[in-house]
Amino acid sequence: MSVGKPLPHDAAALHVTGAARYVDDIPTPADTLHLAFGLSSVARGSIREMDLAKVRSHPGVVAVLTAKDLPHANDVSPSVHDEPLLSDGAIHYKGQPIFCVAATSHLAARHAARRGQIDYDQIAPILTIDQALDADSRFEKGPLIWTKGDVEPAISAAPHQLSGSIEMGGQEHFYLEGQAALALPQEGGDMVVHASTQHPTEIQHKVAEALGVPMHAVRVETRRMGGGFGGKESQGNALAVATAIVAAQTGRPCKMRYDRDDDMIITGKRHDFRISYTVGFDDTGRITGVDFTQYARCGWAQDLSLPVADRAMLHADNAYDLPTCRITSHRLKTNTQSATAFRGFGGPQGMLGIERVMDDIARKLGKDPLDVRRVNYYAAMETKAEPGRGKRFGGTYSPKPAQTSNLTPYGMAVEDFILHEMTDALASSADYSARKAAIAQWNAENPVLKRGIALTPVKFGISFTLSHLNQAGALVHVYQDGSIHLNHGGTEMGQGLFQKVAQVAAARFGVSPETVKITATDTGKVPNTSATAASSGSDLNGMAVANACDTIRDRIASCVAEVQDVAAQDVLFDNGEVIAGNARLSFADAAMLAYTHRVSLSATGFYKTPDLAWDRIKGTGRPFFYFAQGAAVTEVVIDTLTGENRILRTDILHDAGASLNPALDIGQIEGGYVQGAGWLTTEELVWDDEGTLRTHAPSTYKIPACSDRPDVFNVSLWDAPNPAQTIYRSKAVGEPPFMLGMSAFFALADAASACGPHDPALMAPATAEAVLAAVTRAKG
Amino acid sequence: MTQVSMTVNGKPVSADAEGRTLLVDFLRNQLRLTGTHVGCDTSQCGACVVHVNGQAVKACTMFAAEAEGAEVRTIEGMANDDGSLGVIQQAFQDHHGLQCGFCTPGMVMSAAALLRDNPKPSEAEIREYLEGNICRCTGYHNIIKSILAASGQEVAIAAE
Ligand code: FES
Ligand code: FES
Repeated sequence: MSVGKPLPHDAAALHVTGAARYVDDIPTPADTLHLAFGLSSVARGSIREMDLAKVRSHPGVVAVLTAKDLPHANDVSPSVHDEPLLSDGAIHYKGQPIFCVAATSHLAARHAARRGQIDYDQIAPILTIDQALDADSRFEKGPLIWTKGDVEPAISAAPHQLSGSIEMGGQEHFYLEGQAALALPQEGGDMVVHASTQHPTEIQHKVAEALGVPMHAVRVETRRMGGGFGGKESQGNALAVATAIVAAQTGRPCKMRYDRDDDMIITGKRHDFRISYTVGFDDTGRITGVDFTQYARCGWAQDLSLPVADRAMLHADNAYDLPTCRITSHRLKTNTQSATAFRGFGGPQGMLGIERVMDDIARKLGKDPLDVRRVNYYAAMETKAEPGRGKRFGGTYSPKPAQTSNLTPYGMAVEDFILHEMTDALASSADYSARKAAIAQWNAENPVLKRGIALTPVKFGISFTLSHLNQAGALVHVYQDGSIHLNHGGTEMGQGLFQKVAQVAAARFGVSPETVKITATDTGKVPNTSATAASSGSDLNGMAVANACDTIRDRIASCVAEVQDVAAQDVLFDNGEVIAGNARLSFADAAMLAYTHRVSLSATGFYKTPDLAWDRIKGTGRPFFYFAQGAAVTEVVIDTLTGENRILRTDILHDAGASLNPALDIGQIEGGYVQGAGWLTTEELVWDDEGTLRTHAPSTYKIPACSDRPDVFNVSLWDAPNPAQTIYRSKAVGEPPFMLGMSAFFALADAASACGPHDPALMAPATAEAVLAAVTRAKG
Repeated sequence: MTQVSMTVNGKPVSADAEGRTLLVDFLRNQLRLTGTHVGCDTSQCGACVVHVNGQAVKACTMFAAEAEGAEVRTIEGMANDDGSLGVIQQAFQDHHGLQCGFCTPGMVMSAAALLRDNPKPSEAEIREYLEGNICRCTGYHNIIKSILAASGQEVAIAAE
């Protein structure tokens, strides 16, 4: 069967020959126009005067648009209509698009866009978390607060208490292909848009609003992205809408791609957070109660900040059973880029808070942080009692006395917790205890270089927290030659979704994956899709495709059964054949037979995730279908004189359920880990006091390079079927491994701790500078 | 506008270009060889690596006019004569050395230049050589494996 095979990425052969097309590679008609935005040069205020004469007179310029030239909606927000495509006079951040130039070449448009003369009435910008708190500048009326139990007495009655705070920076997506869109005007006012987007339906929706047409007049197609990571969930709206508007006005095709600097200056990034905490715990390190306050810097527009901040709250427990807990979340509005989705979607920030708590407790008690983590884990998954098999008293299947509630802070029972076994397996395969002892020895002998090691777990909730988004559609055709056309609402950004789903389709028909043609995501084929996000791509689309395939397969089976005079349920589809009694037909012959018997060989499929119920204001319910889990051990070395550091070895054990494609899943784990470690180590975003993003190119913003990857890198899958009824019992794997990168951060903190008796209070990202500061603090 | 002539993937080509036209834009726009990608415009990412007279060059750091008369090879010229994948290309496919694929052409071109000068590089040498090629997706592990495999050296099984 095709499912479970480590097949290469569906477009691998196209990629290695340069034949794979991205938006900017699509051949365009000769009269195509190229667009660029003119950007604000201040962070907050309003436009006093704008003179665009020099922009208009620049050679090659065909059109210049400001807000008043927009025929309908001036909005590209995915949430609350608070994000004008072009400034309506108010300036909210430095880099905000104010006008749009259309010219005969990309270069001419960019040159012209620099020639606008704009005077501003400036207001002091709100840039930091503290400034936003002082000004009470926020989204939603006040902080969102969820509680479990009575937290204050639980903390104060505990034998030990401590408080602390951690700052963590944001992260630039740095998808290697920048944002891009191409709009092709059609007859009768229709528009076709090719966009590098994770969310074609949202592009369709925003373009329709901007053109003042129904959604049926707009078709959006996405074959692939050169990386997305959440950065193409909403941040491509502006380009698609701009190209569509200019295309509608001029009747000419329009293309827009951000240059890297523009991309980094204009688009939103991961939210930076501060998380402060007070925790009570006993002598073993077992937490009795914890009180978190999370401050999220959301930037100027709401975008997806509410669900991101919600997910940070939803992961404030990570893998730990918190008997009592309060989580207070402030969503702060600042005059910076509008922070947006990024792999993990707030989860990483929430988890980093509780993991810091674990480290602090261990330091205070003089324990191995891993022991503290373990003592706080949720209880292991219970073997479900089967009738008649349990002994009456004290047997395996008798109810155990509840040591823990095993309820998350939001009241969802954790029924599928496998991190005890995974941690044991990883600690043993990575030789954690022996290495920990060897490192202590090594540190005692080496005054300048210090090593550190940490094992951190991940438990990540799978499903969109906006429950209605957990649906997907598919469209499958079987042609009379037996070849199969596959389409679904998911988008391909490198994660291998298309191949995994094609493997599902091939398995349903019992044919080889080459029989299945993977086609571009297209709003004209499958409507009303959700973003390919929340790691849900293969869970949702895999099921929808299986449903569509099964419909057609059953029709073929009935037809063959009738001809061969057997029961339809006895018709088998296997190995490229359709077997009915003594008759064996090739799948192609079966398709032809069905066609000549006038059987429809086309079907749609639909899927919605079951059992979800969630109240985000109260913070109670079952927002997730299941949890994906994993754990990583990282060992690092730091130079205590400079703060420079290296990752020496990483061992990962990650739970992908029964993997649909282990090679692609391992690729996600390796890439996710490196990206997560990048977030917490080298990737530093810096804004100056004027709100200028100073790190707007790879020269100043350091994403991991080939030499930053660990010297030793062992990755294994925990290959056990998902207890939840997912497609072939697989688990989502896009986001969860990102948070394995936390082990690098805590290994660095461990190394810094080796320098002295005090709390190193390492801040993220742990750049060389931050590590040096931590070393200094540890020495006291 | 001046006429720029060069040999690209073994074929003589010539086209009009402004003096300031970068080689990468000449290849992509004038010659429609879009396998050479632009990832940063500032010579950091390596998505635009091509070979000019046998040397690996970031095509965004060089004017088209500077390649006048040169032998240029791009990713489109890396397959075998019969159209089958070259050794390095095949290794990237087999060892999952790509995800979104945007960095892949530059990686393959850099790898080819490395292996020509150093047919059996160590893992450390590969890493050092690829310092100018950024990949945001893979974490580099499988890229290194692919290059080791292409050089005929042992690699652990890709994934099972
Ligand atoms: S585009 Fe040439 S190095 Fe990035
Ligand atoms: S595969 Fe996406 S950047 Fe390398």
